[in-house]
Amino acid sequence: MTVTRRALLAGGAVLAMPAIVRAQGDAPIRIGEINSYTAIPSFTLPYRKGWELAVEQVNAAGGVLGRKLEVISRDDAGKPQDAVRIAGELLDEQKVDMLGGTFLSNIGLAVSDFALQRKRLFVGSEPLADALVWEKGHRYGYRLRPSTYMQAAMLVDEAAKLPAKRWVTVAPNYEYGQSAVKWFKALMAKARPDVSFVEEQWPALGKIDAGATVQALAAAKPEAIFNVTFGPDLTNFVRQGNTRGLFEGRGVVSLLTGEPEYLDPLGDECPAGWIVTGYPGEAVETPANKAFIAAYKAKFNEMPKMGSVVGHAIITSIVGGLKKSGSTDTEKMADGFAGAGFETPFGPAMFRAIDHQGTLGTFVGRTALKGGKGVMVDWRYADGAKYLPPDDEVRKMRPS
Amino acid sequence: MDFLFVQVLTGLASGSALFLAAAGLTVIFGVTRVVNFSHGSLVMLGAFLGVTLLPMLPREPEWFAPMWFALGALGCAAAVGLAGAVLEMTLLRRIYAVPELFQLLATFGVVLMAQDAALWIWGANDIPLPRPRWMRGAVEIAGQRFPVFDLVLIGVGLLVLGLLWFMLRRTRLGVLIRAATENRVMAGALGINQRALFTGVFALGSALAGLAGVLMLPSGSANLHIDLTVIAEAFVVVVVGGMGSVPGAYVAALLIGVLQAVGIVFLPKITLVMVFLVMGLVLAVRPAGLFGTVVTESHAVAHAFVGPTPRAVLWLGGAALLLALLAPLLAGPYALTVLTEALVAVLFAASLHFMMGPGGMASFGHAAWFGIGAYAVGLAVKFLALPFPAPLLLAPLAAGVLAAVLGLLLVRLSGVYLAMLTLAFAQIVWAVCFQWVEITGGDNGILSLWPPLGAWGFYWLALAVCAGGAVGLRLVLRAPFGVALRATRDSELRAEAVGLDTRRLRLLAVTIAGAASGLSGAVFAYAKGSVFPGYAAIPHSVDALLMVLLGGIQTLSGPVVGAVAYTGLYDVLLQVTDSWRFVLGLVILGLVLAFPHGLAGAALRWWGRVPGTGA
Repeated sequence: MTVTRRALLAGGAVLAMPAIVRAQGDAPIRIGEINSYTAIPSFTLPYRKGWELAVEQVNAAGGVLGRKLEVISRDDAGKPQDAVRIAGELLDEQKVDMLGGTFLSNIGLAVSDFALQRKRLFVGSEPLADALVWEKGHRYGYRLRPSTYMQAAMLVDEAAKLPAKRWVTVAPNYEYGQSAVKWFKALMAKARPDVSFVEEQWPALGKIDAGATVQALAAAKPEAIFNVTFGPDLTNFVRQGNTRGLFEGRGVVSLLTGEPEYLDPLGDECPAGWIVTGYPGEAVETPANKAFIAAYKAKFNEMPKMGSVVGHAIITSIVGGLKKSGSTDTEKMADGFAGAGFETPFGPAMFRAIDHQGTLGTFVGRTALKGGKGVMVDWRYADGAKYLPPDDEVRKMRPS
Repeated sequence: MDFLFVQVLTGLASGSALFLAAAGLTVIFGVTRVVNFSHGSLVMLGAFLGVTLLPMLPREPEWFAPMWFALGALGCAAAVGLAGAVLEMTLLRRIYAVPELFQLLATFGVVLMAQDAALWIWGANDIPLPRPRWMRGAVEIAGQRFPVFDLVLIGVGLLVLGLLWFMLRRTRLGVLIRAATENRVMAGALGINQRALFTGVFALGSALAGLAGVLMLPSGSANLHIDLTVIAEAFVVVVVGGMGSVPGAYVAALLIGVLQAVGIVFLPKITLVMVFLVMGLVLAVRPAGLFGTVVTESHAVAHAFVGPTPRAVLWLGGAALLLALLAPLLAGPYALTVLTEALVAVLFAASLHFMMGPGGMASFGHAAWFGIGAYAVGLAVKFLALPFPAPLLLAPLAAGVLAAVLGLLLVRLSGVYLAMLTLAFAQIVWAVCFQWVEITGGDNGILSLWPPLGAWGFYWLALAVCAGGAVGLRLVLRAPFGVALRATRDSELRAEAVGLDTRRLRLLAVTIAGAASGLSGAVFAYAKGSVFPGYAAIPHSVDALLMVLLGGIQTLSGPVVGAVAYTGLYDVLLQVTDSWRFVLGLVILGLVLAFPHGLAGAALRWWGRVPGTGA
């Protein structure tokens, strides 16, 4: 009996050992990437192209720390519980050096919490939830894109210049919509104490009853509208709003609407003069953006979208962090990524040391109709670093 | 006042659109009794066909443009009708004989495949239909601008209602359809060609779905989310109206449309639950929907006698358990995660099977109890700071109590109505988790619930709880209670005649199933270290159904086999291919066609039908 048990244990131990003990010297640096490729393909497929291009460029230039980059990418099916399991697979089976990616806020938060539990690095690319770097921020978690707070703050700059005093809001009925409205209201109250919010609508994500929503907003006789809906809901909302005349003579401030993913489907019904955040594409004639677009077009034969920029930047941001850390040791990276600078198609950015938030910004401008499709005009680049709360407020929000 | 009038009119327009999406579903269900999960995919197909074909139509002369649109829409509807006919002839026709929602599994496979197919054909971007001028127009009503196309929708809704009514009431085909709706067996006995009738009805229903898809385009875009957006609401309309009743669907759709439009004026945040609130209330008052009649479903199928567990199953089960016990020694940490999830799925599926198989009460909202159990853990840790493992005990208690309360309403209903009431409840649970941000954290969930155990320790705990729970359920089913429960399922009248309190038995079954499901949710919460509203959402309820149906509903081992097979397949496919939906759908279709009695059912048949082998 003892013999069998001992044999069994020995056999088990052999099987449980990592299959390959990898030589650290020249093996590629492995990034475990998770995203909602099947659930949100309109954003994540361009995103994937973005990081594919970046990996190719980095490796063609000799890699980083003398090693090549390798991305092991997984679909999370849009579910946090699947993302957490996959994160485990990437760490334990694929032996990745760090985790990255995610689109939906709840998935970003779930993977980030898992990374904290396992004490491994996680660089979030797209989730906008403020909590990711503030209330739920931690030593091992970083985030690239400007958060809901930052994007709202960028828009408030412009919104405060409108003469309008009576505002209404319309936002999808979930955390992203709620915090966008919350921040917009709070920041507007500071910038313009004379402004009042007289009506709010909370359509279910993906199921907007656009006619009724537009009508209810119009009934409040607002002077300006703050919109957070996007995707199919936005198309629906804009069409009903156009036909029912909701936008005539009213200022509209709209989150993310300038991103090609959401602007393009509006077609020739794109309303003019909306104040939006987004990406004006080829109109941005900085060398970094031009080089990015040229390389992207050469490889994929299509225009990059916002997702492509984020996908590209997640890789360059990781490269920046790796260079500063000088190692793929998790503790060294957790320290080293803080304050690490990197290049993006939008220009240089960095991960802030205080809350691990990336300072990648976005463009703020107005919509216009050009050649039968919506474009962004009068835009400027809003550097993310300028749209964050004072340091002492950030420290209060972040657990020590 | 003027404003409310226009708001009601707007509600009528969106209600009409809803009716168009639901009309085909109710016609199909009425005759074939197929719960066609792929109806939403047919609507999506209509939308994508429309957005591809309609822009090719001539735009001149402008006064004729609406006619071109109408012709184009009818063409697309006909094409989708054809697709529906093909679907019926190649897939559904083969599995009509199989009872109990099995077709749902098959049509779910179609949904999965259609999602990937649409992505390949039409790409990931939303495709809008450019609106010609007439579609953008508005008329002045009560001092407000009202879209012309909304009036068109109201008109088309009425027209379709009228045509369907005429066809059903005034034509020979209608007589046949109604006869088949009322009593399929009798209609067959009287010599009605059921094959042709079923195909025809399916084509008609699909064509209506296609039409609904095209008519959605002017207000939005063709996108990959249409299928699932449409299907849930269409089902609600069909059930509220009374399944199989076209006028019922019309009234229900308009009711929901108007309540939604007016509701958001007073309670803007009600958008998530309004539809399901209406359904819950209607079913609580009228158990067969507004216009439905209670159909006593004849249980013509002889259910297998459940005897003592055969030796082979005992040996197999014992071996599996032993292997599971030793797994930490044999497998790496990731494999343990997957196994833990499989264990949770086993208890989850077994608890659904408990009320669905022997209890005869299918549930479309079984994730509600799972979610309640998971949130019980989350809230107990977050607000009560209860130490591990106390929340594990609290979870089944919470889920069981709530299940008992809902059970009081549930046991008055039967069949699909009962299933839909559970769905309504699950949606309300989901909405509470989703919207009550201060308490539940909203869709960002509750994080950091990691148990203070190592990977091995937690795995063994999950094994003890889940396998123990599943075995416990099995023992209960073999006890006199289980026999009595099956008696109420097979013949309620006779069961009552021998003195069984059928409602009390069923109530108890719902309570036990709810508690067990809650327990599995609690283990899951610790396994993932977090809880999210998605745990209580429709897709998760569908997962439970798939596992039970895949395993085979008529055997006690079915849910165990189904749970392991389904989670295993899903986990592996998600890891290896981005086209996992297509492959998973294909595998489901293959299994459905090859094993129409589920995996365990097939094994049983293969084993040979020896009396007493009810595994």
